[in-house]
Amino acid sequence: MTMAANLTDLTLAEARDGLVARRFSAIELTDAHVAAVEAGRPLNAFITETPDAARAAAAESDRRIAAGEARPLEGLPLAIKDLFCTAGVPTTAGSHILDGFKPPYESTVTANLWQAGAVMLGKVNLDEFAMGSSNMTSYHGPVENPWRRRGDNRPLTPGGSSGGSAAAVAARMALGATGTDTGGSIRQPAAFCGIVGIKPTYGRCSRWGIVAFASSLDQAGPMARTVRDAAILLREMAGHDPKDSTSVALPVPDFEKTLDQGVKGLRIGIPKEYRIAGTPPEIEALWQQGIAWLKDAGAEPVEVSLPHARFALPTYYIIAPAEASSNLARYDGVRFGLRVPGQTLDEMYENTRAAGFGAEVRRRVLIGTYVLSAGYYDAYYLKAQRVRARIVEDFRNAFEKVDAILTPATPSAAFGLDDKQDDPIAMYLNDVFTVTANLAGLPGLSVPGGLSAEGLPLGLQVLGRAFDEETVLRVGRQIEKAAGFTAKPAMAGGAA
Amino acid sequence: MAIDSQTVAHIARLARIKVTDEEKAALAGELSTILQWIEQLDEVDTAGVEPVASVVDAVLPWRADVVSDGGQAEKVLANAPDGVPGFFAVPKVVE
Amino acid sequence: MSLIAGRTGDWEVVIGLEVHAQVVSNSKLFSGAATEFGAEPNTQVSFVDAGMPGMLPVINGVCVRQAVLTGLGLNAEINLVSVFDRKNYFYADLPAGYQISQFTRPIVGKGTIVLDLPGGATREVGITRLHLEQDAGKSLHDQHPTKSFIDLNRSGVALMEIVSEPDMRTSEEAGAYLKKLRSILRYLGTCDGNMEEGSMRCDCNVSVRRPGGELGTRCEIKNVNSIRFVMLAIEYEARRQIEIIEDGGTIRQETRLFDSGRGETRSMRSKEDAHDYRYFPDPDLLPLVLSPEFVAEIKAGMPELPDPKKARFVAEYGLSPYDAGVLVGEQENAAFFEAVARGRDAKLAANWVTGDFFGFLNKSGRPIAEAPVSAEALGGLIDLIRDGTISGRLAKEVFEAMWETGKPAAAIVEERGLRQVSDTGAIEASIDGVMAANADKVAEYRSGKDKLFGFFVGQVMKATQGKANPALVNEILKRKLAG
Repeated sequence: MTMAANLTDLTLAEARDGLVARRFSAIELTDAHVAAVEAGRPLNAFITETPDAARAAAAESDRRIAAGEARPLEGLPLAIKDLFCTAGVPTTAGSHILDGFKPPYESTVTANLWQAGAVMLGKVNLDEFAMGSSNMTSYHGPVENPWRRRGDNRPLTPGGSSGGSAAAVAARMALGATGTDTGGSIRQPAAFCGIVGIKPTYGRCSRWGIVAFASSLDQAGPMARTVRDAAILLREMAGHDPKDSTSVALPVPDFEKTLDQGVKGLRIGIPKEYRIAGTPPEIEALWQQGIAWLKDAGAEPVEVSLPHARFALPTYYIIAPAEASSNLARYDGVRFGLRVPGQTLDEMYENTRAAGFGAEVRRRVLIGTYVLSAGYYDAYYLKAQRVRARIVEDFRNAFEKVDAILTPATPSAAFGLDDKQDDPIAMYLNDVFTVTANLAGLPGLSVPGGLSAEGLPLGLQVLGRAFDEETVLRVGRQIEKAAGFTAKPAMAGGAA
Repeated sequence: MAIDSQTVAHIARLARIKVTDEEKAALAGELSTILQWIEQLDEVDTAGVEPVASVVDAVLPWRADVVSDGGQAEKVLANAPDGVPGFFAVPKVVE
Repeated sequence: MSLIAGRTGDWEVVIGLEVHAQVVSNSKLFSGAATEFGAEPNTQVSFVDAGMPGMLPVINGVCVRQAVLTGLGLNAEINLVSVFDRKNYFYADLPAGYQISQFTRPIVGKGTIVLDLPGGATREVGITRLHLEQDAGKSLHDQHPTKSFIDLNRSGVALMEIVSEPDMRTSEEAGAYLKKLRSILRYLGTCDGNMEEGSMRCDCNVSVRRPGGELGTRCEIKNVNSIRFVMLAIEYEARRQIEIIEDGGTIRQETRLFDSGRGETRSMRSKEDAHDYRYFPDPDLLPLVLSPEFVAEIKAGMPELPDPKKARFVAEYGLSPYDAGVLVGEQENAAFFEAVARGRDAKLAANWVTGDFFGFLNKSGRPIAEAPVSAEALGGLIDLIRDGTISGRLAKEVFEAMWETGKPAAAIVEERGLRQVSDTGAIEASIDGVMAANADKVAEYRSGKDKLFGFFVGQVMKATQGKANPALVNEILKRKLAG
């Protein structure tokens, strides 16, 4: 028991090194995590648990380790966001409409992870079709954040859409997890759960086999408890995929190698437009603290301007729903998933999609349909793509002066599962700091910086140039070292 | 722009999502609020700005013309909610 | 001219055609599944073609090449940057809920096509655009009382949609357009033009107006699958519209279906919904960018097309534009002719190819490659005519025997003793015999009834079983009859 708790408390890098040094076996490591997953069920982080497959994979890992054939992620148990198609394992996208769907194929990113020796613990919960910032839109129910406010046991949101991933990693149910990020869906839950998450450059990870939300914005990335762990996972997840036309044919660096090079001499951009009225003072204070940490480590803070950043959110809420309205047309009850019968084909479509999609998905599909419809396309969709061009240009200009940009990750700490439910726009504002990176296709990392007055984690965000995840991770690592974030959630290692 | 129940009905029809009359009224309100919030984009001067085609700085990759897929009808049909041997099936369509 | 007479005066028909031509390629436009016709249902389907979650399109380079080649064959502008859009609509055989097509920026822009009309006249019709798009699957409505069955084998196969300007005025012109387009596509090898298998399908936009007046409301007749049906559908539709207008009605813009059994067009119920396709650039694909070198390389490798070939046949071989037009319609026919004509009398060769040879070929229903008479064999026959071994008349008999037996002309002439008699002694003897047997006719001829000359020729040929050299018969007979 102590042994098991110790194993789930290891970082991914420590577990990797421990396995190779034969301090414990892959089976022991997996069993400890399987037990943590079971104990953590009240958090509702997992939609599908796959303990048998996990043990089988771990046994194979032990064989390979014994044979001296360990691969980079050999025997490391991970949680997979249920947006990644996994061969023969139900894939729901958090939606009723994918009931019973078992993909006959494996997404490229997860296939890469298994190729590297990783072990799948199961599929984790998310906002329906990754649309949300709270995990409350999942058909499979909300996930609880393992953190609690000091002296207050009311459940909090883990953030979203990769809320199950963040909760599972924070609660020591998995060493790491995959997430996807369309407007902040890796970085916001990472910040809310006190872990590290990186959305790589658009084109770095293949989108093949990931249920699409908004194709021009979606990007997969790792979530883990340390920057090093995120760097290790990203290296294996990333890479050119000829099956994804937007995947870029660039070599993937060994991110772990350059991680500790420090930030001396780096110019760090501080975008003045990110000072938003109404942001809690502790968020502003954390940001100032982050700047000070980097300055102390030899970096040079430089004020930059992203004049169109404040339009990023409304731009996103045209482009993402427009693409989603088209991407989600395939859920029609014909080839997979839910079918609600109807007298005619159209009735069957309408019944199926009304019953199969939740309120937020329906709302976004309708908005997306509207902004693409005849007479409105120019005013909404084309306008948004032009504003997006402005945002891209803002970042291009900024990155001529700086090597990375530092901002807060979220405008608040995790909120209660009962708050913010009636106003969609208030919910959308969660992504105000993260969404620009998606629109510009740039890498963004969220790293814990400290705790709020109420004892909840707060994150800082580092943005970088396209395909310069190395610098982003280096800066993140520096913050991690300076912050010395060691706080643990109330519920960790299954101790719920 | 504020949209009314009739517009909601029209786009719901385009999106093939059945909505009840109460839902229509509620959605008209919600969607109008979102659209009005979105319309702050009108403040941005985008004269002469080309819309973003892709943030990926690369050319469209081409595939070789070889048959590398197919021959897996059972896998393609395996998830069908209403399958008949060899086919997907839907309520009869009259053309 | 080309007007239709109605009760209230003349009407002009305005026709534009949209042809969907299946691109010749091994695999689909955005997936690696096969394109072959006639496979078992759903066996040529990738997860991309089935619109499974998370699947992504990757474009087939050969389909791009074929579209550019076709564009060049239509004398059209090639757009070096084009964009793939999603056309969104729900239908049972459209798995993703959208078709990947090209809307605002097609790969090929404006071009032209020259129609060959009866009597050797030509007429130019504008091409508006050509774009690449995915085909849909197939719905089978007649297999079950309450269900339609879906086969996705065709889903995702590459199509070129070729749109004409509304430049045609008669169903004959529409027919000539389709024949010419099919001919060009086959020359280029970009589409097999097989309308029965659906690899070329035609939507007809038809409207009527007073000659030179404002354009009328058009109806679109969808998916007509033969040239003859296109012509019948246009004729029916034009008369239907004229009748409605002359009865005081107005034409409703709609999509119609041609019922080939009844020879009628009727409104399509399933297409009655007002469409709003919500086109937008497909975010799964980047813009399609071509280099000028790529286009130049394709241009350099182009075959000689029907129009230049026809012009060359007229100039080089002295053929009539009509014969030349018939010969160049199919590339194989033109090549066959050139093989026959090489080193021979080209006009004679053209007569034989377009006459007896095509006659027998059409009757047999066989493709030219399987004809029992090769170009070499037909050339051999022509050589025997030219050197006087056989007469032109007997040559037809020889040709028929060649077709039946597959033997060369010389062998048949020998076997059947059909060699022409050019021995003046033998011919004189025959003539003497005929004159002696018809002394009364000789007298009549000599008293001025010249018309009887033909009778004597006939009698002599009969006596020689057609083998006498006709020129010698004429010459000797004329001399002898003159006394």
